[in-house]
Amino acid sequence: MNGLLLDDLAVGYRAGRRGERAVLKGLVARARRGDLTALIGPNGAGKSTLLRTVAGLQPPLAGAVALDGADLLALAPAERALRLAVVLTERVDAGLLTARELVSLGRHPHTGATGVLHARDVAVVEGAIESVGAEHLAARRVGELSDGERQRVLVARALAQEPSVLLLDEPSAFLDVSARVGLLGLLRRLAREQGMCVVVSTHDLELALRLADHLWLVDRGGVLHTGTPESLVADGAVAAVFDTTGLAFNAVTGTFALEADRSSTVEVLATEPAAALITRAFAREGWRRVRGEPSDVVVEPAGDATFHLSTSGGTETVTGWSDLTAWARAHHPVDNDVVVVRERSQQQ
Amino acid sequence: MSRVWLLPALAVVGAIAFVLAVALGPVSVPLVDTALVLVGAEPSDPRWTVVIGSVRLSRAITAALVGAALGVAGLLMQTLFRNPLADPYVLGVSSGASLGMAVFLATTTAAAFGATFGSGLVGAGRLGAVAAAAIGATAVMALVLTLARWARSAVTLLIVGVMIGAVTSAMISLVLVWTDPRIAQQFFVWGLGSVDATTRDDLPVFATAIALGLGLSVLLVKSLNALLLGDGYARSMGVDVGRVRIGASVSAGLLAGTVTAFCGPIAFIGIAIPHLARLAIGTSDHRVLLPATALVGAITALACSIVSHPPGSETVIPLNVVTSLAGAPVVIVVLLRSRRLAAGAVV
Repeated sequence: MNGLLLDDLAVGYRAGRRGERAVLKGLVARARRGDLTALIGPNGAGKSTLLRTVAGLQPPLAGAVALDGADLLALAPAERALRLAVVLTERVDAGLLTARELVSLGRHPHTGATGVLHARDVAVVEGAIESVGAEHLAARRVGELSDGERQRVLVARALAQEPSVLLLDEPSAFLDVSARVGLLGLLRRLAREQGMCVVVSTHDLELALRLADHLWLVDRGGVLHTGTPESLVADGAVAAVFDTTGLAFNAVTGTFALEADRSSTVEVLATEPAAALITRAFAREGWRRVRGEPSDVVVEPAGDATFHLSTSGGTETVTGWSDLTAWARAHHPVDNDVVVVRERSQQQ
Repeated sequence: MSRVWLLPALAVVGAIAFVLAVALGPVSVPLVDTALVLVGAEPSDPRWTVVIGSVRLSRAITAALVGAALGVAGLLMQTLFRNPLADPYVLGVSSGASLGMAVFLATTTAAAFGATFGSGLVGAGRLGAVAAAAIGATAVMALVLTLARWARSAVTLLIVGVMIGAVTSAMISLVLVWTDPRIAQQFFVWGLGSVDATTRDDLPVFATAIALGLGLSVLLVKSLNALLLGDGYARSMGVDVGRVRIGASVSAGLLAGTVTAFCGPIAFIGIAIPHLARLAIGTSDHRVLLPATALVGAITALACSIVSHPPGSETVIPLNVVTSLAGAPVVIVVLLRSRRLAAGAVV
């Protein structure tokens, strides 16, 4: 069996002498080498507990974790460290260490009692720094790095361990959007290039759906659904976990949208990207775009951010995006407040 | 970034400080003669051999060992607790050693020796005192480590340490109630800290115990580096964190306990020296920082020892007065510069 395999794994905490509190149990899942596997689920679903258990940082309540057929949790910690590396949520305050020194710490399981780095260790460290694109950070102190830069360096530290399995717990939690996309893209590339099993837990469902090869989806009942992003969206598992009052998962766009009464319709006669922007401006105010069928309003750009709006009552012209948005808000037929919308539709 | 080349320079400064500490005192020995005596040659005046041999040499050796030991103990505790303000004195480890000493004195000296404090403690007595102090220090260390599991913020841990120190001091007072008043008096003087009471006969025991503690700390260097990233990362890299904690506690307990047994509880060296060494050497890598801390500690303690015996005067300023005056500003600067502590950050 190639890759990482969870076999009937139960994770949780031992409370007191005999009591056990299983957070998740009966987990069966697989993460292939070369795949970016994203672990997603609502807050408090037990994602961190699962990752910490797989990493051997806390004992499983039952079951096993295998890597390429060998029992990972039965290994001595020093042996496991040669196969598995982690990026944790704990804040790293590395004092005066430079990024390169921090990455070098990843060689810990490979070096002797003195921790002296040999030529091969140095080469691996430099390679790890290079593969996360952190050459320009290497000589800087870790304390001076931004959150995104520090996460890259921590990934490089994990890579310096030369692991077969790389586990990351919410690595993008404090990153801005571009750094998040960059980090997940990096992890995907590393999985491919180095043939690692990369498992990353994330809050960012939209990004996971776009970039992950495989999903481990924990639902609110503690059941683990696995599969490609497409299969989990198609069978409704993603929507079942993440849909909340007023927020609906849109399988077409792969994003969440405010659930609203979309009875009023808009036809957009424009080329991209203007069409997409107009559609979004109207959608935010509760309009639905239609094509080639009767609509409440037809929007047509007339150049220089001027728009012609044709309704049954005649044609108006507005100038500027803010005026267009204001028009959409002023003319939408129902209150935009989602809860109110729901109550009304129930009364009808 | 790290300035490894400073290590030999620090060693040279240490040697100079050592010669100065031997040369300077109520009667100052010319530096050339000091060097001659130290290398075993004949000085210009045979008196110098006596002056240096009787007191000065063992005092300087003691000071150097005290500084190295307390500095390294402080470094171990700062890494172990991930707290820049941890040191044997602040967290009550020195008080634990004092308690060990007090109990030892109350139960043995009064009965067996019945003599004055210093002269009563020779040979086996000294060894027993070291053992008692080291046990007291390690016990407090273990207690603080246990409590540190629940004390999640740096500040809470420090308060816990201060409280343990207060309890220990109260127990010392309690022990002294039943002790010969003369011994209690001696105990008070001993509490001011001094590197003078260690005689030539004491040095083998003292140096051996310190060497054991330092040797143990050297074995931990690789794991301590991994601990810089926190327990989780250290364990994920295969470090047996529990064992490292025990090793570092025993080492710090032995170092602080031994120093306290011979020289009294000495403040500020343990907390300030690792910071000075980091500033000097520019890295947190223990492979460089540990020897640098030992050297900076030795230099600082030698300097403090010189100041506490102002050249050309018979006055003796208690060592703790000097270390506090020099060390407190360092601690204040560290406090103000540490943004994490200022923000009440969780360690």
